[in-house]
Amino acid sequence: MFVEFGHFALILALLVAVVQVIIPAIGASIKDERMMRVADPAAVSQLFLIAIAFFALMHAYATSDFSVLNVAENSHSTKPMIYKLAGVWGNHEGSMLLWVLILALFGAAVAVFGNNLPVTLKARVLAVQASIAVAFLLFSLLTSNPFARLDPAPADGRGLNPILQDPALAFHPPFLYTGYVGFSIAFSFAIAALIEGRIDAAWARWVRPWTLAAWMFLTIGIAMGSWWAYYELGWGGWWFWDPVENASFMPWLAGTALLHSALVMEKREALKIWTVLLAILTFSLSLMGTFIVRSGVLTSVHSFAVDPARGVFILAILVLFTGGGLALFALRARDMQAGGLFQPISREGSLVLNNLLLVTAAATVLVGTLYPMALEGLTGEKISVGPPFFNMTFGPLMIPLLIALPIGPMLAWKRGDFAGAMQRLAFAFGLAIVALVAVFAVEYRGPWLAPFGIALGVYVMAGAAIEWANRVKVGSASVDEIVRRAKNLPRSAYGTLLAHFGIGMLVVGIVATSAYREEHIQAMKPGEKLAVNGYDITFTGIDRARGPNYVEDIADFDVKRDGSTVAQLTPSKRLYDAPPQSTTESGIYAAWRGDLYLVIGDPQPGGGYAVRAYFNPLVRFIWLGALIMFIGGGISLSDRRLRVGAPAKARPSIAVPAE
Amino acid sequence: MTRKQKRGVLIGGGVAVLAVALVLVLFALKDSIVFFHTPSDIAEKGVPPGQRIRLGGLVENGSVVRGQGTTITFKVTDTLKEIPVTFTGVLPDLFKEGQGVVAEGTLDANGNFKADSVLAKHDENYMPRDVAKALEEKGVKLGASAHPGQLKASMP
Repeated sequence: MFVEFGHFALILALLVAVVQVIIPAIGASIKDERMMRVADPAAVSQLFLIAIAFFALMHAYATSDFSVLNVAENSHSTKPMIYKLAGVWGNHEGSMLLWVLILALFGAAVAVFGNNLPVTLKARVLAVQASIAVAFLLFSLLTSNPFARLDPAPADGRGLNPILQDPALAFHPPFLYTGYVGFSIAFSFAIAALIEGRIDAAWARWVRPWTLAAWMFLTIGIAMGSWWAYYELGWGGWWFWDPVENASFMPWLAGTALLHSALVMEKREALKIWTVLLAILTFSLSLMGTFIVRSGVLTSVHSFAVDPARGVFILAILVLFTGGGLALFALRARDMQAGGLFQPISREGSLVLNNLLLVTAAATVLVGTLYPMALEGLTGEKISVGPPFFNMTFGPLMIPLLIALPIGPMLAWKRGDFAGAMQRLAFAFGLAIVALVAVFAVEYRGPWLAPFGIALGVYVMAGAAIEWANRVKVGSASVDEIVRRAKNLPRSAYGTLLAHFGIGMLVVGIVATSAYREEHIQAMKPGEKLAVNGYDITFTGIDRARGPNYVEDIADFDVKRDGSTVAQLTPSKRLYDAPPQSTTESGIYAAWRGDLYLVIGDPQPGGGYAVRAYFNPLVRFIWLGALIMFIGGGISLSDRRLRVGAPAKARPSIAVPAE
Repeated sequence: MTRKQKRGVLIGGGVAVLAVALVLVLFALKDSIVFFHTPSDIAEKGVPPGQRIRLGGLVENGSVVRGQGTTITFKVTDTLKEIPVTFTGVLPDLFKEGQGVVAEGTLDANGNFKADSVLAKHDENYMPRDVAKALEEKGVKLGASAHPGQLKASMP
């Protein structure tokens, strides 16, 4: 009953979305305000209807209604409730429903909070947003209906893939989708601006908070996925350059570039055309990601069912929106007025460099991801492009980006003082050299490039700290004055500083753990010992236990450092009931200097187990850095000047008036 | 600087970055891609020892030998030809006899494959797409329990 209700709501949402495309678009072109105003209630009701559909499916999962095909294929009555609910988006049909839900959520948010938008622009934005919804609702209803019934209903479901039954992964897709579907708003704004044929600093001020919100969630979503892969897959790795990871990483790179170019546009009215193009490209990469993941074209741990109808449908959506967007761009871009001028050495110049490097990096990732597919399609030859490719191409492009990162914010708009910036960064250079020497001294046997990488990360972190110190005048003003200045520093400035600091941490973590990880593999019997990076690990025994829907062999390890016990680690192997599949659970002891990471493998004849032990130095910096970036984004978003709907005159000194 | 010069710097910078990236991509594609072969492919075409490849097929029933410490040997077959594989480490959860597997590593002069990573991406009714496709091309009939494209839920 609920299920039919949900299905019906989804069809109704499609009809509402069609209305939301046609009426406001016509209204905007004939300047009929009443027709344009249709967009707002339509966007809200569209969200409401999709939410009904979503909760209907969730209800079917919660009550284990196996007469629904989707539930029968992906759920099981013995599964803990949280994974029953998370199971809604743990499969193709359900995750597409989540996709359109988030799309509608962003549309409705613009309708509700976008009161200060010019009426025609708002109507056009919502019409474009609804056109994306029409495409994906059709996709959902025609090729991936989550509400299809199954008759007769089976006694029990087939269960959710056990490696997905995990708290981090339960919440990873909603965050990730909020991120990359969120870029749809930037796309809709770009298309609306192209249709209007006019674009100005106010446009950037409207677009930036949405882009920032999407970027934040994408950042934390990717980090959660990486964190999950780290402890759940049992390989001790945190990033595999897997096509599905790349699918979310490319929009992140382009979105980061968009965030920075929109800043230039807002403050200086420069880079207008480029920003519009970037908004189109960013969402196109999101669509490309959806295509890669949803169509099953790539061989990957993440592959879904290979269904050509779906693949062709999403490809058509991708071609329509990317092609349509770019065609419109080609037609209308020349009508846009060029903006403010600047010298190459200036804040604008540094942000251009940022954009150039980020977009090029996204392009190399795109090549590495699509090349195997293209080659197989053309020659039938099967290849895989693995981490070495990305390390060789992506890595070198990040070096100039990181070197320039602390310098950019030190340069003034229009014309910067490069020597002055260097002088102010002297302390950061000093700190980086200290880090370089210290790392060389401790790890002189390691790869010679790694200390430079760590020094680069330290330099970026120090750069962010120095920028803060400069802005509050540490060293030249009284304590009261410093406190006053620190309080008055806008939240968006704190956001930027934190995000840049987080990048530095991330770099330190990545380089340290990639270069200095220790790995041991040994067959161990109870009572035997293993020494890893100063830890003495004793295998004390193994026990069998019963979990809610699995049996588990839990190995017990006693971890000592300098003679005293610091941890008991219990890596295990689980065998799930439905589907009958085993998973490896790692045992991790986390300390500041790094993680001790244990997994057990096959039982050996004679009672032992293969044991794999890693020491991953500073690996937590990776996720901590990403978390700091997320928090930075949130603080920046809470800035009054950025807040959606806040009056634009919050800072009267701003040179560019909003209309 | 005149407007024209500024634009020159901008375009020049852009072209320079793209050129560097292009060179990097071409070098990387030359050096770091890995070809996928089945045992029959290797028998037919011959793969020089020492070249990094991915070997895909089924784990031959009864061929898995453990218990040499952490070294495991097994045979990868496409039911026409087989290749013996040595691997040191912990096998993935889904590694099973009679099921699809992809091993990455190099062949030695005697035709033994030394794997440094083993991927087994399937559940009870799924095998890696490359493997399934390659086996079908070789005319191997796949049973109902081993057709491709059935990995249900996975990371979105």
